[in-house]
Amino acid sequence: MGRFMLKRLWHGLIVILGVTVIVFVVTRMVGDPVRVMLPLEATAEQRVAFEKRLGFDRSIPVQFAAYVGDLVRLDFGDSLWQRRPAMEIVFERLPLTLQLTAAGIILAIVLAIPLGIVAALRPGGLADRLTVTVSLLGLSVPQFWLGLLLIVVFAVQFRVLPTSGAASAKHIILPAVTLALPALARLVMLVRSSMIDELNQQYVKTASAKGMPFIRVVGMHALRNAAVPVVTLAGWELIRALAGYTVVVETVFAWPGLGLTAIQAIERQDLILLQAIVFTVAIMVVFINIAMDISYKMIDPRIRLA
Amino acid sequence: MVDAPSDHSVASPDDIGGRPHELFSAARGLGKELWQDKPGFIGLLLLVALVLVAIFAPLIAPHDPAAQSLRERLLPPAWVLDGSWVHPLGTDNLGRDVLSRIMFGARVSLLVGTGVVVVAGGFGVFMGLLAGYFGGRTDSFIMRWVDTQVAFPGLLLALIILAVVGPSMTTVIVVLALNGWMVYARITRGVVLSVREEPYVEAAELVGCKPARVLYRHVLPNLTSPLLTLAILEFARIILAEAALSFLGLGVQPPATSWGLDVATGKEYMFRAWWLVTFPGLAIGIVVLAINLLASWARVTSDPQEREKRFARFMARRQAGAGTREAIAK
Repeated sequence: MGRFMLKRLWHGLIVILGVTVIVFVVTRMVGDPVRVMLPLEATAEQRVAFEKRLGFDRSIPVQFAAYVGDLVRLDFGDSLWQRRPAMEIVFERLPLTLQLTAAGIILAIVLAIPLGIVAALRPGGLADRLTVTVSLLGLSVPQFWLGLLLIVVFAVQFRVLPTSGAASAKHIILPAVTLALPALARLVMLVRSSMIDELNQQYVKTASAKGMPFIRVVGMHALRNAAVPVVTLAGWELIRALAGYTVVVETVFAWPGLGLTAIQAIERQDLILLQAIVFTVAIMVVFINIAMDISYKMIDPRIRLA
Repeated sequence: MVDAPSDHSVASPDDIGGRPHELFSAARGLGKELWQDKPGFIGLLLLVALVLVAIFAPLIAPHDPAAQSLRERLLPPAWVLDGSWVHPLGTDNLGRDVLSRIMFGARVSLLVGTGVVVVAGGFGVFMGLLAGYFGGRTDSFIMRWVDTQVAFPGLLLALIILAVVGPSMTTVIVVLALNGWMVYARITRGVVLSVREEPYVEAAELVGCKPARVLYRHVLPNLTSPLLTLAILEFARIILAEAALSFLGLGVQPPATSWGLDVATGKEYMFRAWWLVTFPGLAIGIVVLAINLLASWARVTSDPQEREKRFARFMARRQAGAGTREAIAK
C-alpha cells in the first residue's frame, strides 16, 4: 500500500510537472505575455517597466527556475485585473466551485443508480427504453443550452427559482441540475449495462434459487459487483465537472466560482490569475485521481495495487 | 456459427483494393443492415441532409448570414404573430436572418469536427501504431505520455492556449485535436498488440515486408471498425466542444458564424426573443443526436458479440411473428 501510494504520488508529480512545462512554454515562448496583458496603446517604456516587474527580461532558464519557485510557494503574483494576490482570489472563489461540483455530482450519482437498476431489471421494457432514450437526448443537447432553457422555464415562466448569481441556497438548484444532467445520462447508461451483465451471472441465479429476497440479490450481490466501473466513471465525471463543465455552467448562471473567474481572467487578459486557477485545479485533479485509485481497492479486493 | 440473414461482411479495405462487385455487395449489405435499424437510418439521413445544407449554404440560404437590417431587428419566427416567411426563423438583434445563420453555422461545425477527427485521429493512430508495433521503450514512452495527458483535463490547458494565442477556428481545431488524440492511440495500440502475434503478420515479416508495409497493409485494416465507431463518437463530442468554446467566446469569432456563438448572442436577448437561443441550440442537439444514433448502430454492427445478440433478438421476433414454420425451415 505504501509503495503504491508513493508510485501514484510520483505519477501525480509528473503530471503537475508536465503542466508546468507546457504552461511555461505556451505563455513565455509561444505567445508574448506582455503583449497579451498590456493595453495596445502602451508605450515602449511601459513595456520595459512591465517586463521588468514580471521578470520577463531575464533569460529563459532563470525565468523557469523563478517560475517553479513561485509555484512551490503557490505565489503567482498579483492579479492584473483585481490588483491583489491571485491566490487570494482563487481561495475566495474555490469554495463556490466545490459546492456546485459536489451538488451536481451527488445529484447525478443518487439519481443514476436507481434509474439504471430499474432499467436493467427488464431490458427492452418500457422503463428501459424510456431511460435509454432520455439519456441519449441528454447527451446530445449542449449543456449551456440546457441551462438557458432551464432559466427560461423555471426562472422566467414559473418564477420559482432565481436566474443567476449565488446569493441564496435556492441559487444552486438550476446550476447543479444543469451540471448533473450529462453526467447523469452517462452514469445511467453505465449502471444499466453493468447491472444487465451482472444480473445474467450464475451467482445471481443461485442467490435467487436459494430463496434470497430479490431486493437483496439486486442490492447486495449484483450492485456491489457493478460498482467498480460505476465508481470509475463517477470519478471521471467529478474531474470533468471540476475542470470543464463548471466553466460553462458557471458562465451560464453567473455563478461566481473558479470557472467564471477563469473566463473573466481571459476576457481581461489576466494571465497571472488564469495560471493560478489552472494550477489549483490541476493539483486537485491529480489528488482526485489518486483518491480514485485507492477507492477501487476498497470496493474490489481483486484489484491488487502494484 | 450462425449466419444472420442480413449478416453480409462489412466492407474492409482489402475489398476496396479488390473486385468492384464485392465492394458493391458489401456496401449493399451494410445499407440493408442500416435500413433495419431505424434510429441509425434516421441519424444517417439527418447527417446527409446536414452535409448537403452545409455545402450548398450559399445557394439555399434565404439571406446573407451577415447582412444586417436594423429595421428588421428581433423579428419572431414566421408562425408567430408579427412573423413573416421572409425570415422563417426570425431575425437577431442586428436584423440578421436566423435560418441563414444556422445554415452557415453548419459549415463551421462540420469543418471543425472533420478537421479535429482527421488531425487527432491521424496523430493518435500513428502514435498507437508506433507504440504497439515497436513495443519496448517506444511503447512505454508513448503510453506514459498518453496516461499523463489523459489524467489531466485538457480544457484547462486549452484555456491558457486560447488566452495566449487568441481564439480562432484554427486554434480551436488545434486545441481540440491536442486534447483528443489519446483515445485513438490507446485503441490502435490495443488492436495492434493483439494482431501482432497473428500468423499472417509474422508471415509478412518473414517474407521481408518493411514495417511501414506490414502496418499499412496487414495491421491497419483490423482497425477500420473500432476506429470508425470511435471517430463518429468523437465527431459528436467535438461538435459539442466547439459549440461550448464558441459560446464562451473562445471559439469562432464574429463576423464568422457558429451555432455556439449565436446562442451566446441570443442569451442577451433571451427574455425578449426566445428564438435566438432556441434554434441554434436545437440545431446542435439534432446533429449530435443524429451522430449518436448512427454511432450506436455502428458499434453494434462492428462488434461480433453485439451482432450475435442482435441476431438472436431478430430470430426471436421472427419466430414469435411467423410461428414455428419458420423455425423448422431454419
